Amino acid sequence: MALRTLCYIGRAIESTKIGLHTVQTGARSLSTSIRVLNKPEYSVTFVRPDGEKIKAKGKEGDTLLDVVVNHDLDIDGYGACEGTLTCSTCHVILKPDDFAKLPDKPSEEENDMLDLAYGLTDTSRLGCQIQLSKQLDGLEVQLPATINDARS
Amino acid sequence: MRKQNPDFPLSFFKSVQESSHFTTMWKRSCSFLPSLKHSQFTASHFSCTPVHFEPTKKICIIGSGPAGFYFAQNLFKKVPDISIDMLEKLPVPYGLVRYGVAPDHPEVKNVINTFEKVASNKNFKFHGNVTLGRDVKFSELRQAYHAVVLTYGCNEDRELGIPGENLPNVISARKFVGWYNGLPEDKDLEVDLSSETVVVLGQGNVAVDVSRILLSPIDLLKVTDITEYSLQALSQSKVKTVYLIGRRGPLQAAFTIKELREMTKLPGVQTLLQKEHFAGTENIIPNLPRARKRLSELLVTTASKEQEGSRYFRPTFLHKPVEILGSSESGVVQGVKFEINDIDHEKGIARGTGKYEVNECGLVLRSIGYKGTSVDSDIPFDSNRGVVVHENGVYSAGWIHTGPTGVILSTMSDAYDQSNRLIEDINKKTLNVTNSKPGFSAIENTLNSKSVVTVNFEGWKKIDKIEVERGAAVGKPREKIVDVAEMLRIGGS
Ligand SMILES: Cc1cc2nc3c(=O)[nH]c(=O)nc-3n(C[C@H](O)[C@H](O)[C@H](O)COP(=O)(O)OP(=O)(O)OC[C@H]3O[C@@H](n4cnc5c(N)ncnc54)[C@H](O)[C@@H]3O)c2cc1C
Ligand code: FES
Repeated sequence: MALRTLCYIGRAIESTKIGLHTVQTGARSLSTSIRVLNKPEYSVTFVRPDGEKIKAKGKEGDTLLDVVVNHDLDIDGYGACEGTLTCSTCHVILKPDDFAKLPDKPSEEENDMLDLAYGLTDTSRLGCQIQLSKQLDGLEVQLPATINDARS
Repeated sequence: MRKQNPDFPLSFFKSVQESSHFTTMWKRSCSFLPSLKHSQFTASHFSCTPVHFEPTKKICIIGSGPAGFYFAQNLFKKVPDISIDMLEKLPVPYGLVRYGVAPDHPEVKNVINTFEKVASNKNFKFHGNVTLGRDVKFSELRQAYHAVVLTYGCNEDRELGIPGENLPNVISARKFVGWYNGLPEDKDLEVDLSSETVVVLGQGNVAVDVSRILLSPIDLLKVTDITEYSLQALSQSKVKTVYLIGRRGPLQAAFTIKELREMTKLPGVQTLLQKEHFAGTENIIPNLPRARKRLSELLVTTASKEQEGSRYFRPTFLHKPVEILGSSESGVVQGVKFEINDIDHEKGIARGTGKYEVNECGLVLRSIGYKGTSVDSDIPFDSNRGVVVHENGVYSAGWIHTGPTGVILSTMSDAYDQSNRLIEDINKKTLNVTNSKPGFSAIENTLNSKSVVTVNFEGWKKIDKIEVERGAAVGKPREKIVDVAEMLRIGGS
């Protein structure tokens, strides 16, 4: 229980950014969260098909899937395979400029899954493969009309 | 991989710690902490006494595959005051995610994490080892619940309807999959792997799955949750060549690119294609839609690629099976006779040429699809299409609603669509949920009178734990228990 308590406190601190110096001792998980805390945060906006915007923040290196999971964003079925490139539910559509800014082109495996994504566009990517970075701060991505998979 | 959310803000956590009185109450009313998120309480409610009311809307879901769980997930999210009972034929949940998805594709099973969250809702009850149509009647369920949701999948095979289909060692891919995945009814299937050549009839992803299992180096399978007895059999297998045979042309191939790419990368295995099947496709491929184009390009590149390996995967197009041939003495399969088809690549139409060819083999796996059936004569069912049809108070989703096509994600979309339909019916009052219904207590009486042992979700977790422990002992993620009686001894209540 004690460990669990610490764990919760650790997480709470991580999410609220308070009282860092008051909890100094013990658990390794805390020191990890301190290190994590130092990472810069960037914002990202998901735009639903109906135009509704969902704003959230993530740390450098987090994928868009991490952001959705960490904030429990209410996007039906997003990330069913948990980032293992075996679904395409994390499909997002980028603005052409942002698409060009991404450091890596999609891998063969990402393209294979994108092939099956519903509503594919020329600037589509899988959210589990996009990492937040300074260049992408303020990124806005569109969610496709239906999360679907056209393998049938 | 998936990070757990901080479900509770710190202030709330403290208040739980400080008030032991509260903690006891909390434990009593809601025994499982993480389900708080799904419950109707929020932190602000805690000043008043949290009283747990029996939900008034009672829904019964039949079948615990992806369709059933995604259906339940959406109902819990959108409908307050609802309880869900999920009945499952087997003692254990998850349908084809456990018994269909290939053992060397563990990532696909990550969806189970979502299903476990659904199952942790305090208004969700799993009742394993209860078969609709045998242990309980559809009409009884209609009486006991406000709505019945059929998500029991497709449990039979489509057949070719050609001579020789019932010869020994002509096996349906469905049963072969059930065998290596430990489906209790298929655990004793006799699979003879003493021949060098196997013909798989059909070219969908299931056909590729069974081919891959037959050709994979045994070391790759050893570390999966494949059943021990099939691992044994496969390690002694003589199979060197697997033909994956379809009637249509390469531009109509039914498997998807991911599955093909995986085969082209399988260690020790060459993927061999007949170049002549691609004659005349050069000008068509560049103009195909993206997915079809990339798949066709991969086929073309593979066809002319130098490869290494002493086992062979041979996707073969334009062959229509007309007869399965057996030895006149033993009756055991010896080959398949095909009519060679011709194809108009542009229109995608294949036509018989009147020329025939025999492909010798010692095992035939028929993989031309699954079939849905009605499991109780009162179910509104379209037997031509093999699907359940909607009627007031009866919903369906997944393969038994759409027919046996598509992957977990298409099943998910369908389950969301169909559960939204139920929700709409509640809102429009076309589904009556105001009268009082007995729910599971009525069913329980029937089950007791028939001495049916059921497995609840905690019972499944006991089975799960033992499977994982047994797996760890032999370096596998799990060693599945394949005997229903043993499952019931461990998890039955
Ligand atoms: C061999 C194979 C491999 C596959 N691999 C993949 C893959 O890698 N990736 C992917 O995305 N999709 C894959 N799929 C597709 C995926 O499995 C389906 O889309 C999905 O499982 C369909 O879900 P469902 O809930 O409709 O049916 P099912 O998963 O079949 O669930 C139906 C449930 O109902 C139960 N049931 C049946 N009859 C009764 C009864 N009378 N009473 C009570 N319960 C009953 C069954 O025991 C079962 O648990 C695969 C399918 C197969 C056949
Ligand atoms: S989460 Fe499945 S492919 Fe990205």
